[in-house]
Amino acid sequence: MKKGVAITGMGIISSIGNSVEENFDSLLNEKLAITRIEHITTVHADIIKVGEIKKTNSELVDDLKLTAENNFSRTAMIGAYAAKQAVKNAGITSINEYRTGLISATSVGGMDMTEKHYYDYFTNPELVKYISCHDGGDVADKIAEELGIKGLVTTISTACSSAANSIMLGARLIKSGKLDRVIVGGTDALAKFTINGFKTLMILSDDYNKPFDNNRKGLNLGEAAAYLVLESDEVVEKQNKKVLARVSGYGNANDAFHQTASSENGDGAYLAMKKAFEVSGLKPSDIDYINVHGTATPNNDLSEGRAILRIYEDEKVPDFSSTKPFTGHTLAAAAAIEAVYSVLAIQNGVVYPNLNFETPMEEFDLKPHTSLKNKNIEHVLSNSFGFGGNCSTLIFSKS
Amino acid sequence: MKKTYINGVGCISAQKTFDTIFLEEAVENNTETVLSVNAPVYKDYIAPAAARRMAKGIKNGIVASALALKDANSENVDAIITGTGLGCIEDSEKFLKNILDNNEEFLTPTSFIQSTHNTVGAQIALNLKCKGYNFTYVNGAVSFESALLDAKMQIENDEVNSVLAGGIDENGDYTISLFKLAGRVKNELEQPFNFLTSTTTGAVHGEGAVFFVLENEKKDTTYAQIVDVEIKNNLEENEIEGEITAFLKTNNLQVSDLDAVILGYNSDAKFDSYYKNTAENIFAQTPQLYYKHLCGEYDTASAFALWTASKIIKTQEVPEILKANSVIRPAYNTILLYNQLSGKNHSFTLLSK
Repeated sequence: MKKGVAITGMGIISSIGNSVEENFDSLLNEKLAITRIEHITTVHADIIKVGEIKKTNSELVDDLKLTAENNFSRTAMIGAYAAKQAVKNAGITSINEYRTGLISATSVGGMDMTEKHYYDYFTNPELVKYISCHDGGDVADKIAEELGIKGLVTTISTACSSAANSIMLGARLIKSGKLDRVIVGGTDALAKFTINGFKTLMILSDDYNKPFDNNRKGLNLGEAAAYLVLESDEVVEKQNKKVLARVSGYGNANDAFHQTASSENGDGAYLAMKKAFEVSGLKPSDIDYINVHGTATPNNDLSEGRAILRIYEDEKVPDFSSTKPFTGHTLAAAAAIEAVYSVLAIQNGVVYPNLNFETPMEEFDLKPHTSLKNKNIEHVLSNSFGFGGNCSTLIFSKS
Repeated sequence: MKKTYINGVGCISAQKTFDTIFLEEAVENNTETVLSVNAPVYKDYIAPAAARRMAKGIKNGIVASALALKDANSENVDAIITGTGLGCIEDSEKFLKNILDNNEEFLTPTSFIQSTHNTVGAQIALNLKCKGYNFTYVNGAVSFESALLDAKMQIENDEVNSVLAGGIDENGDYTISLFKLAGRVKNELEQPFNFLTSTTTGAVHGEGAVFFVLENEKKDTTYAQIVDVEIKNNLEENEIEGEITAFLKTNNLQVSDLDAVILGYNSDAKFDSYYKNTAENIFAQTPQLYYKHLCGEYDTASAFALWTASKIIKTQEVPEILKANSVIRPAYNTILLYNQLSGKNHSFTLLSK
């Protein structure tokens, strides 16, 4: 096994908590947070259930101590909120002391403001400041400014695998010696745009999402942001830092099958996992827990399940669960919050329950773990797949 | 450590760049505030039935990537990495307008799907049946350079042998009207626009799709080697010279070693000073080139600059239309590209023969 890249800090805000501790507490105590939508006016409000962060925009403005003239989108605010936590958690006081970068991820960017003000820009000059916060890069720009980062700042947008890819790029940048330290993760706020987009694709459930259940009806959308601090071994040694866990493997592949659907045999997912094992030098049997993508759409869970069975061939598939029944599918942030959950699983030796599961899928013999389980966890594999056939796998290991 | 070579290029821009040699038919348009692509014959590359519903950015991306592959004598690659500022923005506009105008009813998924930023990279992968690494960067003016940096790092680390890397952006009418409202587009009344002596704010906007086949081996089709790519989110005007000198130094070069510098003048006087200061000082004795008067300003316009630099090194010719000063060199083997947008997202790209 090869030594992975050190994770020295984490920050998160999701529907199940405003900090790492709150999120972990919710996971342990089965406090899911899938509710009716409160912050967005939509005709679908009585049909859909979402994982919404209960802080209002003005509460977030106060938390971040932003001025009244700020033009932060909600995506940027929750992003900055989580990123600041991560930096603090890593004990960083002088951000540019080492070559530090920020790799963010988002799918909607500032769409939450754009859709609110789209037709009003021409009549209300006070709103014009929000025009520039639409694009995805503005989110990273704002977070970098809040953190005071001067250096490599970029954003990845590959739909629902985005944050996995930002973690992957960050790990590569550290391994290649291009950076000493990098803050990686993703953020996405709920938006009418995404709600309606997924609605037209007919993959939203009107009930609580049930990953890997035979009667699953689709996903619940959610909003969240999470960031992790990755540091080179030199920086870790020099500062005598505590390493929370390591990014030991990563892989990205394309399903090259369909723009929005996964292939029947999960080719992309299979290849992504295979690459991650190659990078880490681990074998499938070394994995103690799989945090599956498990969106609870009929298509994803079937394709992902088949890919996992292909990886494990005749071997026993380890304990696995989807945490999306807790948080909803948080799109470009999903892989980042699940990275935080994976690290917590390693630190605390827990397998999270796959809530809402009742009936095994008829296509194969795969049952997610449905109750909290304590056991030693050395390695966690986390999957994230997105539109455009984008498939990513990360492996986290005990330091 | 393996080196990164540009072995094929494909360019769709406001100029006729898809079946020409190198800007011999280029025309400077100094009266329009928004430049549109000079479109290729799409049906030569995409079945008309498929093309009908396809976003402009996807079509241009597919054609530009096909041109690059053909140019490199390649049929496939190990990875596809794209950059785009706003993705297929026309579809984002369409879907959002439908939501707002019809009270979230009667919506169809096509424009939602195409509005996803990684659609172009995904569609190219689908066409090529390329199951390799597929990333899309969306970070304003460094979207394309992020793709380049990623590609170069993976080639150097020997993780891949070949990458299709490109930058794609398209104009959307409503978005342009918002840009105008926000003062980002030149005022029509101020034309004719002169990019080098502009005293007014706002930029001439544009769109395009430019792709490159990057490989770890030199071959007959090679244009240039990508020596280094650097991205900085924020720099003050007075930090630029120091940044450039340090960047060159890490590559064992001095300013005098450069045979040309390509600057991203976009006619916005407020931020063109970033270029002008270096042009008048450290680059006073260096051939200076500019290009956004030909392709317009957009988040991935710097991919057009990389295309011009590649062509210059390969053909050893500098078209008059690109020249910002009269300094010349007997040979053009080492070229630096510097770009930024509104004082943010600075990139430095170094090419050599």
